[in-house]
Amino acid sequence: MELLIKNGYVYDPINGVDGEKMDIAIRNGKIVKSVRGRRAKKIDASGMTVMPGGVDIHCHIAGSEVNTGRMLRPEDHAKDFERKTVLTRSGVGYSVPSTFTTGYRYSRMGYTTLMNPSMPPLEAKHTHEELNDTPMLDKASYPLLGDWWFVLEFLQKGDLEECARYVAWMMDTTKGYAIKIVNPGGLEAWGNDFYVHSIDDQVPGFCITPREIIRGLCKVNKMLNLPHTIHLHTNNLGVPGNYVTTLETMKCVEDLATDDKPVMHVTHCQFSGFKGDSWTTMESGAEEIANYVNHHNHLTLDMGQVIFTDTTTMTADGPFQYTLHELSGHKWVNHDVETETSAGIVPFHYRRKNYVNATQWSIGLELALLINDPWKIFMTTDHPNGGPFTAYPKIIAWLISKKARMATLKRTHPKAQKRSLLPSIERELSLYEIAIVTRAGQAKALGLKDKGHLGIGADADVAIYNVNPEIDLSRKYKTVRRAFTNAAYTIKDGKVVVKDGEIVRYVDGRTMWLDVKTAEPVKVNDEIKRKFKEYWTVEYENYPVTDNYLKVSNPITVKASV
Amino acid sequence: MIVLTPLREFQFPVMAECINPSVFQGKSTDEIVALSVWEGNKQKKLGDLFKVEEDKAESPNITINGDTSEVRRIGMGMKDGEIAINGNAGMHLGAKMTGGKITVHGDVGGWAGAEMKGGLIEIHGNTGDYLASPYRGSTEGMHNGKIIVHGNIGSDAAVFMHGGTIKIYGGAGQFLGFRMRNGTIYVEKDAGTRVGACMTGGKIVVAGFLEEVLPTFTIDSVKPKVKVEENESISGPFYVFLGDLAENGNGKLFVSEANNPHLSRYEKYL
Repeated sequence: MELLIKNGYVYDPINGVDGEKMDIAIRNGKIVKSVRGRRAKKIDASGMTVMPGGVDIHCHIAGSEVNTGRMLRPEDHAKDFERKTVLTRSGVGYSVPSTFTTGYRYSRMGYTTLMNPSMPPLEAKHTHEELNDTPMLDKASYPLLGDWWFVLEFLQKGDLEECARYVAWMMDTTKGYAIKIVNPGGLEAWGNDFYVHSIDDQVPGFCITPREIIRGLCKVNKMLNLPHTIHLHTNNLGVPGNYVTTLETMKCVEDLATDDKPVMHVTHCQFSGFKGDSWTTMESGAEEIANYVNHHNHLTLDMGQVIFTDTTTMTADGPFQYTLHELSGHKWVNHDVETETSAGIVPFHYRRKNYVNATQWSIGLELALLINDPWKIFMTTDHPNGGPFTAYPKIIAWLISKKARMATLKRTHPKAQKRSLLPSIERELSLYEIAIVTRAGQAKALGLKDKGHLGIGADADVAIYNVNPEIDLSRKYKTVRRAFTNAAYTIKDGKVVVKDGEIVRYVDGRTMWLDVKTAEPVKVNDEIKRKFKEYWTVEYENYPVTDNYLKVSNPITVKASV
Repeated sequence: MIVLTPLREFQFPVMAECINPSVFQGKSTDEIVALSVWEGNKQKKLGDLFKVEEDKAESPNITINGDTSEVRRIGMGMKDGEIAINGNAGMHLGAKMTGGKITVHGDVGGWAGAEMKGGLIEIHGNTGDYLASPYRGSTEGMHNGKIIVHGNIGSDAAVFMHGGTIKIYGGAGQFLGFRMRNGTIYVEKDAGTRVGACMTGGKIVVAGFLEEVLPTFTIDSVKPKVKVEENESISGPFYVFLGDLAENGNGKLFVSEANNPHLSRYEKYL
């Protein structure tokens, strides 16, 4: 199967291609130098923008948490449903779409790779069952390891090598992709009726602090040579004044970086960038964070942009969700995942005319615009916490056009408008930079060698948008928004799956996971089995996700240095 | 005005949200006949199920003569105009309506006036459950408008009510005004148990018999009369309860003193 995309304006930041008019040749699901066959299918992309398929580094799309969110919100589905067609199944939206609808909707926007960021190891089987049913996309999951008792015990003992072996075992057991840390220590503390307010607070029951957990797992990550860095959701998330904790967290791994490579990914940073000491005095801490990030190269961030809409917040950060439930009075689900983590779900409506919500909206954009290097900050909504992923085109318009963001800012809370930094920021991202924040940068941060670029040998995941880069994008931001809402073509593994915003072909995506080769594997001895009997509700034998559990398994072998 | 008459008795539910003055507006009889409705799992034309006739009278915009108890979603989301139904009507009557008027000379199924935002529904018979309540999961109940029921209503009425007025000249089932935040409910006859559970605001008046008041309500005073609407007061006397204290609520529950001698035990706390 050969395919030739002709005459498009190509944006391929990893290979330094900036809007050059060129052809992209595809054979057998890979990008190649040229195709000879006269039978090669040709796509005329003249006047259109060609980019690698979109990559989302952080979106909650599958797992027990998402599914509980679906059950919690029938009213969310009632307002947004899709009928079945010949090719696609019926499904519902809006903020927690059903699995198939998630796949279709991402694909319609030109996305081809997703990362599901919070998988409690105990719920890994459920997560993979749902990922199997999320078509059109390649995907992977991060197991939550920051509050896992085994990790805490080994870090407390200072036995990093053994900890690394257990993390490697967990990657294989849960078929995970990266180390996810949520409110390190804070979840364990909350289970004991304590809050962790700074990274130097002691975790009750363990002789350890969040700082030691972050540093320990960061070192473990390096020992195992994992492709992605540690993926961190900071302590004190969503609390006014938390930007201090965020900066402390960023500083605490500064010395672990070598050769300018990132060692930490701070996710949905908007929720971690609040200044002030109460909700009434809450302000944006984006300037301080951006200032720090501009002077350091050891971390990457993603936005966690807020959209003014009715959405469902869900995170493993149980204490934060409890606070949100108390604040909003809305319905709430809480879950304690045995020795591993916790979870909470609360529906939330972000309102323009609410001072705090409007400030949050502003913080996300300020972060994206004030951090000069687009390779350090990526575009997400932390779907569905900041808003559903279907709002990505809106964010692209806000980033690409000052006019677009001022039009929205004008309709927000007056005090938030006055305090927002947005009027003073002239920066408008180019399509090249948009390609970085939506695909290239994310793929690079994730260590996905075959994704996020159109170089020879890369996976043939391509998105073609019907927008001519020669128009004044800043003024015609509505055209940009329309183009990114419905991709002209989405190509997955060399097959056209979407044309003009309609699904034209069904494909199953692959599930990527890490097969970490350690010199000495974890010995599953009676001690572990005893712990399973004592701590978990499942037997050891029922715990691991076996390879045949995945519909299309795509192991990535990593050689660890322990 | 358009007169609709059912051509036969319906065996399966009919989904007819097209029976709505703003949809009929400016359409000829032929176009109205061609509007699509669902009968069970079959898509049909309105003309297949109803005889559609035009009448010279201006008001009401739509009249339905006959039994439409299997016809659901009549006047759903209507903005203005008037519908008169001479017979029974099915579920979801006037759900999500924002304006206009619906009069029913018969009984109505469940979910009448669900998530209503304005307008008037007057029912001269009984209604089913979930009158003026939000759909599953939603916390946005009736926001404004008025509902008058001359018969009895089912349970779970006016759940999550945010505003507006409901007057019931019959009795009410259980959980009337569950989690209501604002607005007024008046029940002339008896009400089921757990009236006003979890309410945080608004007013419920029970002029008939009420078996018990929830223990999370506290007695406040005895008032000789209570205002139900502008220019309309009901004379009592009434016990006034405040609650629901379990939700830190500040709702008012008025219960007739004359019809509830068993509640006199609260008087010692006054």
